[in-house]
Amino acid sequence: MIKEYKTIHEIASPLMVVEHVEGVTYDELGEIELPNGDVRRCKVLEVEGDKAVVQLFESAQGINLAQSKVRFLGHPQQLAVSEDMLGRVFNGMGLPIDGGPEILADAHPDINGLPMNPAARAYPAEFIQTGISTVDGLNTLVRGQKLPIFSGSGLPHAALAAQIARQARVLGDNETFAVVFAAIGITFEESEYFINDFRRTGAIDRTVVFSNLANDPAVERIATPRMALTAAEYLAFEKDMQVLVILTDITNYAEALREVSAAKKEVPGRRGYPGYLYTDLATMYERAGRRQGKKGSITMIPILTMPEDDKTHPIPDLTGYITEGQIILSRDLHRKGIVPPVDVLPSLSRLKDKGIGAGKTREDHAGTMNQLFAAYSRGKDAKELMTILGEAALSEDDKLFAKFADEFEKVYVSQGNNVNRSIEETLDLGWNLLRILPRRELKRIKPEMIEKYMPDEA
Amino acid sequence: MSGIITKVSGPLVMAEGLADANVSDVVRVGAQRLIGEILNMTGDTASIQVYEETAGLGPGANVETTGMPMSVELGPGMLDNIYDGIQRPLPEMRALTGDSITRGTDVPALNREKKWYFNPVAEPGAHVTAGDVLGTVQETSAILHKIMVPVGIEGEVLSVETGEHVVTDVIAVVRDKKGAEHKLTMIQRWPVRIARPYLRKYVPSRPMNSGQRIIDTMFPIAKGGTAAVPGPFGSGKTVVQHQLAKWSDVDIVIYIGCGERGNEMTDVLMEFPELKDPRNGEPLMKRTVLIANTSDMPVAAREASIYTGITIAEYFRDMGYDVAVLADSTSRWAEALREMSGRLEEMPGEEGYPAYLASRLAQFYERAGVVECLGAGDRQGSVTAIGAVSPPGGDISEPVAQATMRIVKVFWALDSSLAYARHFPAINWLTSYSLYMETLRPWYTQQFGEAYMQNRERAMHILQEESELQEIVRLVGQDALSPADRLTMETAKMIREDFLQQNAFVDEDAYSSYAKQFRLLDLVLRYDVLCRDALHKGADTEKLFAVSAREKIGRAKMADPKNFEGEYDAIEALMKREIEEAAAGGEEA
Repeated sequence: MIKEYKTIHEIASPLMVVEHVEGVTYDELGEIELPNGDVRRCKVLEVEGDKAVVQLFESAQGINLAQSKVRFLGHPQQLAVSEDMLGRVFNGMGLPIDGGPEILADAHPDINGLPMNPAARAYPAEFIQTGISTVDGLNTLVRGQKLPIFSGSGLPHAALAAQIARQARVLGDNETFAVVFAAIGITFEESEYFINDFRRTGAIDRTVVFSNLANDPAVERIATPRMALTAAEYLAFEKDMQVLVILTDITNYAEALREVSAAKKEVPGRRGYPGYLYTDLATMYERAGRRQGKKGSITMIPILTMPEDDKTHPIPDLTGYITEGQIILSRDLHRKGIVPPVDVLPSLSRLKDKGIGAGKTREDHAGTMNQLFAAYSRGKDAKELMTILGEAALSEDDKLFAKFADEFEKVYVSQGNNVNRSIEETLDLGWNLLRILPRRELKRIKPEMIEKYMPDEA
Repeated sequence: MSGIITKVSGPLVMAEGLADANVSDVVRVGAQRLIGEILNMTGDTASIQVYEETAGLGPGANVETTGMPMSVELGPGMLDNIYDGIQRPLPEMRALTGDSITRGTDVPALNREKKWYFNPVAEPGAHVTAGDVLGTVQETSAILHKIMVPVGIEGEVLSVETGEHVVTDVIAVVRDKKGAEHKLTMIQRWPVRIARPYLRKYVPSRPMNSGQRIIDTMFPIAKGGTAAVPGPFGSGKTVVQHQLAKWSDVDIVIYIGCGERGNEMTDVLMEFPELKDPRNGEPLMKRTVLIANTSDMPVAAREASIYTGITIAEYFRDMGYDVAVLADSTSRWAEALREMSGRLEEMPGEEGYPAYLASRLAQFYERAGVVECLGAGDRQGSVTAIGAVSPPGGDISEPVAQATMRIVKVFWALDSSLAYARHFPAINWLTSYSLYMETLRPWYTQQFGEAYMQNRERAMHILQEESELQEIVRLVGQDALSPADRLTMETAKMIREDFLQQNAFVDEDAYSSYAKQFRLLDLVLRYDVLCRDALHKGADTEKLFAVSAREKIGRAKMADPKNFEGEYDAIEALMKREIEEAAAGGEEA
């Protein structure tokens, strides 16, 4: 028998204090029944003696202290999961909003998940071909990786994420895939962009959408990505699917977290975000991965817009410390009309080394990758010098590097949103560009590789 | 002794009725018997930090104290193992509870069933004191584990066993002065927050060979020393830590993954058993203890993981081994400290960190050092502590980096702009430093002669000059430089690209012996000397810069680690000839 309390003492949205409670536990889910019959949900943040501090997931509007009833459900927030979730749309709290039937649940896992035992992880090493040169060639994505896109307002991160979702495949592999898409506080239009793209390519039947749009309750956003990840874990580790999770936009998530933290009057950390932002983000991001003895995997692409394009802002900064690399978009390249405007130098994939090379991509991959990075970096330095002092001030070599940098951006980076390049095409393109440079400068590549892939013209 | 919970707020639990408990006692909380530690006491109310997720816990639940402070079990079975922050073995937890870490799991740190062959050293009738070796166990193919008399026990050995035993078997009986008999097993317990005792401490005087050129030649660390590796994300902190864990010439490595990525620990777990120690050919895992409290694991256990690690390190040090402790990352540890402090409603210091942050950090690093171990026989052991620091935005003016810099003696500053140019290890040569330079100089001179340190100083000088010349080039262009200055720029470039850059993922280059480091730097500097000489003779700079030997120097680091001498001799001869030719051309003109 679940007890009902009519002892709400205080509401300061999104927090509420209930008095004279008994047997209430930390992190328990609760329901508030309004006088008009509406039911809203909340969870316990703190219990002290017979007083419980709870957090509302929806607005506090209309809650009457004297007449509203509170029930505590005896379990944390859960999600009803089943294979039938594929092709369906849910709200941020995991309830269907596409007019379809309720999900006949296979299980009801706790949405907070459990930490994965590091000894149970399998190291991600299977190359995913995304068809995008700057990703495949330079910042290789592997199965089970978490690779965020750091973007800014007005940059085409949605197009890039959709392109990855559309083109991603593991070479020579026919396993079932699924996409879990969580819209976290984004606009209707942006959300529709993704959904239409999934629809256009037919991927929609293999997609689960969790949608918390900009006008939905902000506090609900704290649950949305966890709902998505719970569904992803079920599909990957119970149903052996290769799951790609797209979370957009993490900045909105962190802001919701800050809102709750401020209401709780916690000591703020940097820029008002709570001191536990790192731990909180980590418990989400770390749910990506592979497990030993399981066929499925969770590959995660969180998207975040950097306030003022500032990479040192706490949200991108802490994300970068947890995720296995990042793809950074550049406003300069975007202005130059380069599509996708991937800023190659600060982008990084930490797991690339185990996913590339002979037998996975091609033997020359690692060497050319390092050489392209180094050459592009030097080319950009040379161009910077050129803008100050003019072309005459450059050495002959530096002029070549400057030319290389331009060509690299034009040909290699700017491939458009609809071109799907195979890894061989990407690598060959790299060699073509390296021909611009003097051979003696190609120190990052083993001489045998140069002989094989760029035979001496002479 | 048990109490009742009155409040639950995340990992912080308050319980009353615990008047008899001690501060720092380990307690078991609630029906799930979660592990916690008492932080503060007010009257009979204790503030408890719980090392596991507290969801489902509420007022009224029971709290039981164990009457013991947070301790680790020390004995055979730690090497080649992976633990969480409070020393629970992760593979065994997996066997017990599956792929996820569930709560309240109780697994002993040392395997109770595994038998070890105990080889006695002490004889009945002998008088032993704390630290004396009772016997040995070949724990792994690489390490001989010495079973020592625990601290606090002294007396006459009544009996010693021989042969196969599990860790809980009595392997010796010692009678103390009062006539009490102590039954000793292979297990010792030690509270993690207290440093293990030793006879005396020495100033570190031997370098720790890491095989990394920028470290060994430019900014060396001493065995028993302390170092910090600060850097923004993506600058290669973890790769530097992994390289040190792989190639350092220590006997034991304790690697603490504190609030970092799960996959990084998996990487170590997969790679280390495959890699061979360059000195004895044994798999590296056989000398390694991993402590993994990844970022998704409970935050309070992250705080404990650092202490668990260093206590295990001290235990191996007491056997007379050189131990390296690598903590990645101390910033995550500090954040855990901040989170608990916030929940305790303590007055915050800088950026919300507790006011005791600096003293806690200092206490941790101070547990490093070279010591004369307790017990008979001249045993010297060392603990070298190397901590990664992850400053927000890479800005080292923040409290954790600043507090660390005040303590550590070596500072390897990672630089994101170097990382973007794929210059790895991205250790900035201008901002890094090593305060062991002077204490280690005699060692280098004795081993390799005066030239080693002279070359280092020359190289540092050239790099310093380069940074000044770059200012000029940025203002007025390269043409404004004199030929001598242009040569300096070229040599500096060679030092950076051909010497300092080192590829951790290429077998030939991942580890560089002292001899190879010396010859490689010497080649580059020889080029500089020869060219400078040729310039005096009027040689053309372009011709000097275009000699084919330079490309060969650029690839010289890839030479076979065991057989590089011949190749280097050939490069040197070629370089000499080419520069002489260029100089001769200059005289004709």
